[in-house]
Amino acid sequence: MLKVTEEQPIEFSSKLITEFNEIVTRYPEEKQKAALLPILHLVQAEYGWVSVPAMDKVAEHLDIKPIEVYEVASFYSMYFLKPQGKYVLEVCRTGPCCLVGAEKIMDYMEKQLGVKEGEVTSDGLFSWRGVECLAACGMAPVLQIGPEYTFHEHLTEEKVDQLIQELKK
Amino acid sequence: MARKLLLENINVPGINTFDVYRQQGGYRAVEKALKSMSPDDVVEEVKKSGLRGRGGAGFPTGMKWSFLAKPEGKARYLVCNADESEPGTFKDRYLMTYLPHLLIEGMIVSSFALGAKVSYIYVRGEMMPQIRILEKAIAEAKNAGFLGKNILGSGYDLELYVQPGGGAYICGEETALIESLEGKRGNPRIKPPFPAISGVWGCPTVVNNVESIAAVVPIINDGGEEYAKIGNGRSTGTKLISASGNINKPGVYEIELGLPVEEFIYSDDYCGGIANSKRLKAVVAGGSSVPILPANLILKTITGEPRLMSYESLSDGGFQSGSMLGSGGFIAFDEDQCIVRNTWNYARFYHHESCGQCSPCREGTGWMEKVLHRLEYGHGKMSDIDLLVDVAKKIEGNTICPLGDAAAWPVASAIRHFRDEFEWHVTHPKEALERNYGLANYAEFTNAI
Ligand SMILES: Cc1cc2nc3c(=O)[nH]c(=O)nc-3n(C[C@H](O)[C@H](O)[C@H](O)COP(=O)(O)O)c2cc1C
Ligand code: SF4
Repeated sequence: MLKVTEEQPIEFSSKLITEFNEIVTRYPEEKQKAALLPILHLVQAEYGWVSVPAMDKVAEHLDIKPIEVYEVASFYSMYFLKPQGKYVLEVCRTGPCCLVGAEKIMDYMEKQLGVKEGEVTSDGLFSWRGVECLAACGMAPVLQIGPEYTFHEHLTEEKVDQLIQELKK
Repeated sequence: MARKLLLENINVPGINTFDVYRQQGGYRAVEKALKSMSPDDVVEEVKKSGLRGRGGAGFPTGMKWSFLAKPEGKARYLVCNADESEPGTFKDRYLMTYLPHLLIEGMIVSSFALGAKVSYIYVRGEMMPQIRILEKAIAEAKNAGFLGKNILGSGYDLELYVQPGGGAYICGEETALIESLEGKRGNPRIKPPFPAISGVWGCPTVVNNVESIAAVVPIINDGGEEYAKIGNGRSTGTKLISASGNINKPGVYEIELGLPVEEFIYSDDYCGGIANSKRLKAVVAGGSSVPILPANLILKTITGEPRLMSYESLSDGGFQSGSMLGSGGFIAFDEDQCIVRNTWNYARFYHHESCGQCSPCREGTGWMEKVLHRLEYGHGKMSDIDLLVDVAKKIEGNTICPLGDAAAWPVASAIRHFRDEFEWHVTHPKEALERNYGLANYAEFTNAI
């Protein structure tokens, strides 16, 4: 399932390690595995995705088996197991958003960015994908951009253009 | 206008900060509970209030709390379910964004009632802005002495943490949420044992929705009996409704339970009618998992009574002619929407979100998605319609967790009420790609605009 796409070993910065350690204090003794999801978010925010060497390093840090990290990273939809564009535009594709035009927005995005869902633009800046309900149906159509998951609501083609221009700066 | 218990102060500038929230009377419930009540008194008030879980299942909160096991020497946990991923539902995001201290106040009072010393708010990972808001609010509350050791000199200690999810609808199911909180895949557990006996790390645990926890604040402030006076029958209190789809004013509304559905849809105090002067075709009243109803059946029950926004009235008629209040995700469809396409969209959602543990759910959701896709795209056969009904039936009740049912009901109900539209997709495949079926004649409109 998982493909090793990057072989270089990874060293986490001391800032990152401090953050990992703070998270572990939220749980009882020996329950440090609970820190796995939040730590994977931090790793992804730092590197843009979670590579196998990064996961191995997380396993080492939490004193769990690498497979325990792989099985989690591959279960949840937010973790990228391969490199993405610098900005990943994630458009909600679920029912309520589609009632007010989400599908047209995705078609438009594909046209403007010139890449298919999941692909990266040649300048490495963008990728896009449809995601399931983002709990913002009253502001539909919506998209989010990690790692802070900033939100863009009531999308129109003009707003998509504007957003792409701003991110290019 | 109806009474507001949760959103009363939402428009006060700065209400998301501790100071303003406190000036507006915030954290009174913590003072009252910790200084003048025992934990059991708090549970008793919540029981009296008749509050029912706002996460979807509607289980009485006070009763759930009284089931919590209290073995010696074992920690107990309260986990707030802020995974909010049910399509059509966005009230918890709203509450956390604008009134984070209401949730934190509710968490403190509820944790005190349950004897939890450490509590978690499990927030879906995509809600990073809300995670930041909550973390800031927790720091403020701690700074003011409402969290941490010996809160308000009462001797009660509480630490509160925010835990992010990783993107998975199934983690809203309480046992999957517990697995996820422990750092694992979100595979629901087989019950029993129930979380009240063995939850997080094998310890007794209560999982409650954001809105349920927030509702504890007015219940403690005003008393359970006062809360129970609001609403209709066993549907007590107020409820946040997330309104979306083809309406003039999408958004989150706090209603008194028992409000007529017709008023909710057409009044300018709420949805403000159907957008672009179109006519109402159908409504999914309680989040994507509940049965869809055509306009006539959402406005009136099968016996001609006005349908109300309450647990009982929305389920009147069972699945033959009724639906459910669920999580309060109210999705309105206008006459131009295609029921087949929408049903396919939801089937894809459930297939994508199935954790894959049970074959009926894993395989069945995939089948339904595939068959609905070919119906929508003009390759369907007449027998596909009954095939869908059959697959839905085989999933329902045969799985570990209710996601299977949640996937089956939208399909079964769409075919029950809109079979002619499915058949039209088979008999007019080309036309179905070009235009929508429209209103046809299955719904008689008492309230046509
Ligand atoms: C597939 C599935 C998804 C669910 N998603 C949520 C959710 O996002 N938020 C929520 O509060 N409850 C959700 N629930 C219900 C929870 O299992 C649980 O009943 C609820 O959190 C209990 O809280 P309450 O009694 O306060 O409603 C979900 C249930 C299922 C089966
Ligand atoms: S019903 Fe579906 S989501 Fe629930 S446990 Fe079974 S496979 Fe997983």
